[in-house]
Amino acid sequence: MNTTALAAFMTKEVRHILRDRQTLTILLLLPLAMVVLFGYALRSDVNEVRLALVDPAPDYATAALRGRFAGNARFRIVATPETMAKLEPLFRRGDVDVAIVFEPGFAARLAEGTPARLLLVGDASDPNTGSTMQAYATAVIAGYQAELGSAGAGVQIVSRTRMRYNPTLESVNLFVPGLIALVLTLVSALMTAISLSREKERGTLEVLLVSPLRPWQIILGKVLPYLLLAFANVVTALLAAWVVFRVPFRGSLALLLVASMLYSMVSLALGVLVAAVTTSQRAAMIGALVGTMLPNELLSGMIFPISSMPDWLRPVTAVIPARWFIVIARGIMLKGVGLEYLWQAHLVLVLMLAVFLALAIRSFKPRLA
Amino acid sequence: MTAVIDVHELTRRFGRFTAVDAISFDVKAGEVFGFLGANGAGKTTAIRMLIGLLTPTSGRASVAGFDVLTRAEDVRRRIGYMSQRFSLYQDLTVRENITLYGGIYGLSDAEIRGRGEALIEELELGHASLERVAALPLGWKQKLAFAVALLHRPAVVFLDEPTSGVDPITRRQFWEMIYAAAARGTTVFVTTHYLDEAEYCDRVSIMVDGRIGALGTPDELKRKYGDATLEEVFVRLARPAA
Repeated sequence: MNTTALAAFMTKEVRHILRDRQTLTILLLLPLAMVVLFGYALRSDVNEVRLALVDPAPDYATAALRGRFAGNARFRIVATPETMAKLEPLFRRGDVDVAIVFEPGFAARLAEGTPARLLLVGDASDPNTGSTMQAYATAVIAGYQAELGSAGAGVQIVSRTRMRYNPTLESVNLFVPGLIALVLTLVSALMTAISLSREKERGTLEVLLVSPLRPWQIILGKVLPYLLLAFANVVTALLAAWVVFRVPFRGSLALLLVASMLYSMVSLALGVLVAAVTTSQRAAMIGALVGTMLPNELLSGMIFPISSMPDWLRPVTAVIPARWFIVIARGIMLKGVGLEYLWQAHLVLVLMLAVFLALAIRSFKPRLA
Repeated sequence: MTAVIDVHELTRRFGRFTAVDAISFDVKAGEVFGFLGANGAGKTTAIRMLIGLLTPTSGRASVAGFDVLTRAEDVRRRIGYMSQRFSLYQDLTVRENITLYGGIYGLSDAEIRGRGEALIEELELGHASLERVAALPLGWKQKLAFAVALLHRPAVVFLDEPTSGVDPITRRQFWEMIYAAAARGTTVFVTTHYLDEAEYCDRVSIMVDGRIGALGTPDELKRKYGDATLEEVFVRLARPAA
């Protein structure tokens, strides 16, 4: 008897979703649009770095480095001033983004095994772009060093910066896990909050609460259809990322899907909670946006690295579900690691789910008033 | 006749405010019971306790033979409820709404089909059964909502201002449906602001400031207060509250 009631309720929920064609279309196309948009437009990669080289005493090593920069699609050598003094006006006019200044006798020092120094100057008026460009340049130099190193020469390491897992520094690789989190939050938290508060606003929830349906059945019936939608969204986002941007996928697809559903359930429970504490659809929508979308987007490391947050803010990110999901998704997709490294993040999500779900069911106890 | 609704000293306080103050009454099987009162007199609070949406502060009540506090599950299976606000899903069709509520109350597919057909025929909704409820005129929506609330053949049906905003002809049809339900043995517990409607009830109670100010058949009440209509009785009793 209970199962037919649940089935009837869920059928109704699926009908609501299918009948609202516009919303459904938007929800299904959203992950595709987001991946393409973020991938092309909002990536923090800098495509053409205008480079100036100051090379007072050219030798084979500086020539080799120049060659590497000239052959790199990201860099365009725009000037080769003889002295550093001539560099200044170039920066002021904004003609140059990054400059590399070699010290005289660069190759000789390399051969001796003493540190060969070069100065990397970047236009950091936009700090993010500046550091990104610097990182690109460092990566090119590091590539040359590695080549020398493998040739057997005892080359001193100038820079200790290493760009592991994302050697080409493609920001789209980092964005995709965050995008999946964003889409899941939207579909799970926002849509459930709206759909549940709609029932509250229209008075149908009251009728459901008076019926033999139990609170957990109402929540389950509400949430399950959206979980299916969320699943479809993850698959779309992954496909789009792979087809359009060839984003690597190194780990277990099954584990990522499981983690996605886990994260989705945490968001669904949050959506139910938001609907429970708000009294109108509009309030629920704003509540879901401010309470789930915003913190998940800003404090999860999706866009702004947690390591660059102030000390007091960093511990706060521990309660942000997306933060843990992104750890999992990046771990699986980019590093190819499995549960042996990611079990803690999974555990945190499971605990969050338990707490939020208990709160959500409690908040729906009909006799709460 | 046993009491289908049995209320004893039922009380509900919100902080210091006593919304329902130790009310006692009973409603017999097959009775049409009018539950009247001015806005804020405590009607809604009382109904919410009877249908299990609100916990009483003290006192007890049983509905359909089960205590509303300790046997809420059993109560829920045996009551129907039509809220003040329209309670069907507007984006679902007439048939889909019937299937949904039938399913929620655990009816079999055959029962849902059989009763659903009968209901659609009775309401003469055959031509509109595949249309979304949103497309129906308000009067029909209300009649449909009532019929759906009766689909699982509850012992008691609670109607919270079912006819507000409905034209006089539909109101009359609505009351014919109420009588038909009562004739089949369903107890009808109805609140209304239309005192001409209250005259159709077997018995009415008038709540004043959280208490039951008067209770009896419409004729008894009119005789007792020497008024020609229930409306005069109502205004006489409710005035001190205002």
